[in-house]
Amino acid sequence: MNAPDLLSFATAVSSGAIRVVDLTQTLTPEFPIIALPPELGQCAPFRLEEISRYDQRGPAWYWNNFSMGEHTGTHFDAPIHWVSGKDLPDNAVDSIPPRNFIAPACVVDCSAESAADADFTLTIPFVEAWEGKHGRVAAGSWLLLRTDWSKRDARAYANLKEDGAHTPGPAPEVVKWLVEERDILGFGTETIGTDAGQGHHFNPPFPAHFYMHGKGRYGLQCLTNLDLLPPTGAVIIAAPLKIRQGSGSPLRVLALIASR
Amino acid sequence: MTTPLIKPPRKDPLARTRLPLLPPAARSRTAHGLTAAAAEGRFALQVCQDCAAVVYPPRDACPSCLSARLPFRDVDPRGKLTVETTVRVSPEPYFRERVPWRVGLVKLDVGPMVVAHLHGDTREGEVVCLALKLDRSGAPVMLALPEKDTPHMADDPILRELTCDPKFRRILITDGRNAVGQAMAKAFADAGASAIFVGIADPWKPFAGEAALKAIAGVEIVPLDLTDSASVDKLAAQNGGRIDIVVNTAEHVRPGGVIGGDGVTVAREAMELRYLGLMRLAQAFGPGLRMRGADGVNSSAAFVNLLSVHALANWPAYGVYSAAEAACLSLAQSLRAELRPGGVKVLNVFAGPLETEWFQTVPPPKVAPAALAKAVVGALRQGIEDVYVGDVAQDIRARLDINPKALERELGE
Repeated sequence: MNAPDLLSFATAVSSGAIRVVDLTQTLTPEFPIIALPPELGQCAPFRLEEISRYDQRGPAWYWNNFSMGEHTGTHFDAPIHWVSGKDLPDNAVDSIPPRNFIAPACVVDCSAESAADADFTLTIPFVEAWEGKHGRVAAGSWLLLRTDWSKRDARAYANLKEDGAHTPGPAPEVVKWLVEERDILGFGTETIGTDAGQGHHFNPPFPAHFYMHGKGRYGLQCLTNLDLLPPTGAVIIAAPLKIRQGSGSPLRVLALIASR
Repeated sequence: MTTPLIKPPRKDPLARTRLPLLPPAARSRTAHGLTAAAAEGRFALQVCQDCAAVVYPPRDACPSCLSARLPFRDVDPRGKLTVETTVRVSPEPYFRERVPWRVGLVKLDVGPMVVAHLHGDTREGEVVCLALKLDRSGAPVMLALPEKDTPHMADDPILRELTCDPKFRRILITDGRNAVGQAMAKAFADAGASAIFVGIADPWKPFAGEAALKAIAGVEIVPLDLTDSASVDKLAAQNGGRIDIVVNTAEHVRPGGVIGGDGVTVAREAMELRYLGLMRLAQAFGPGLRMRGADGVNSSAAFVNLLSVHALANWPAYGVYSAAEAACLSLAQSLRAELRPGGVKVLNVFAGPLETEWFQTVPPPKVAPAALAKAVVGALRQGIEDVYVGDVAQDIRARLDINPKALERELGE
């Protein structure tokens, strides 16, 4: 077997034969973050403080300090994030094998169902129906849930009611099935978390976190532009920051797709 | 009666904004006994411990018996306005802009004769009630008020000059998500504020009382997050030039002491919101407030800090919270000195536990948000700098005066 031709890959990217789609939300102070009961520890929102801007603090240069939590904005969840994955090998962002940061994606379109029902729950039959049209979910793929949630304004995006958030997500059995029967690399969503807004009422609570991380798989959330991806064939580049024992990290998520 | 104030017309955008001037501020160290009383709205003069003579102006020795034991004590403020005059020409730049200005001699029932500024409804030969006020330079002055309240007496120009009445002023309430911010909006609407900007952070999060807050006449919701410098700067850029009183209602109340196992996350959040939030507010709005101290009827007037009384003495059950409040108090002292050149007052409002969710497990007495708001409006109308609201705050204040070490021990039990 010949060595892969990386140069022709690079040429295809620069020529546009391979398109690069940015799946990342811009980091801003206003972007919603996970809302937990206030007596619990809180994820820090994104904040920017100017160090200097061509002024007396630094005459020729502009730069900022920023601060945020590991799970702020478009971010990656490592297995160590959840109690079910706490003892696995290579479970933190610094020890995950870097080859896992590049993988194909299956994009399951639930946008119509989610528009009709904010509590839409992804099930095994739904994925099986998708497989009927697009083929079996390949081992080692990301499964990305397209809900068009990223197109909503901030209040409708968080969609907080008196009984908590109402956003779409996967049912417990489909997450278990995707890991055990399809061997996916991870699960990605447009919403604030990989789990449904009401996922704490599922059994087990937060099944995407519990099963994915329990089996050493990953999560991506707060994705955008999933509507620009084909159901299959896109390749995802999602490399978190190398934080020692980090449970996750904000990151730039890119998709490579072949131009028609 | 006083001629009622009319709502000021819109400013001529071609006219220069007049810069604030200050009346003479120099006082002896002893005379700052009057400052201390005026800052809290009390009327206190020196009373000789040896011969009981009431002494004014402040002295280091009793003029009757030469005793050096002359502590300030609250005394009866009533007296008779024996003679008055109207100053029409003054060499002082501050007064030049404000003449005619009435002054008079008041013979106090407790003894001394006092030179005082005169409220418009006082008359020569009549009984008056003296008040110690902080003038625009923060120095204590005597003001003679009519013995009984008169119609619209708060609209008197001299009284208004010595106070921070919210009537016809434009208010910024920094956090309307909490009960205190909402009560404050209501109180300022009732006090005749002409506009009430209410800051809301994270507008994507619904909050209790949202509809009622938006329904208060004069309230305009503005995006404001004190933990975000850009958010504070943006609001100041848009509205800073038309905000006369800033009321910081941001709160971060969490139980727990230093070694409770919470690490520094909660403390960092508290400092980010309370201490750095106050700093961001002061940096963004302070320069405008200081520049607009003489900008007509609705000049800038005050910066209000709501503080826990445990800023003065740490309450270990809420130890981290108390420490953040203490940091805010210290910053407010600096801010007070920095805003003084503009004639703008910093009002520190000390309260014990409030009747709010985060003090749910604390037994009464607690201060209701509406009572706190009423106290803030009252303190602004009085023009004072420090107010202790409710039984707990007043008790801590009193115990701190008597024996701070005993208080420290008792709060830790």
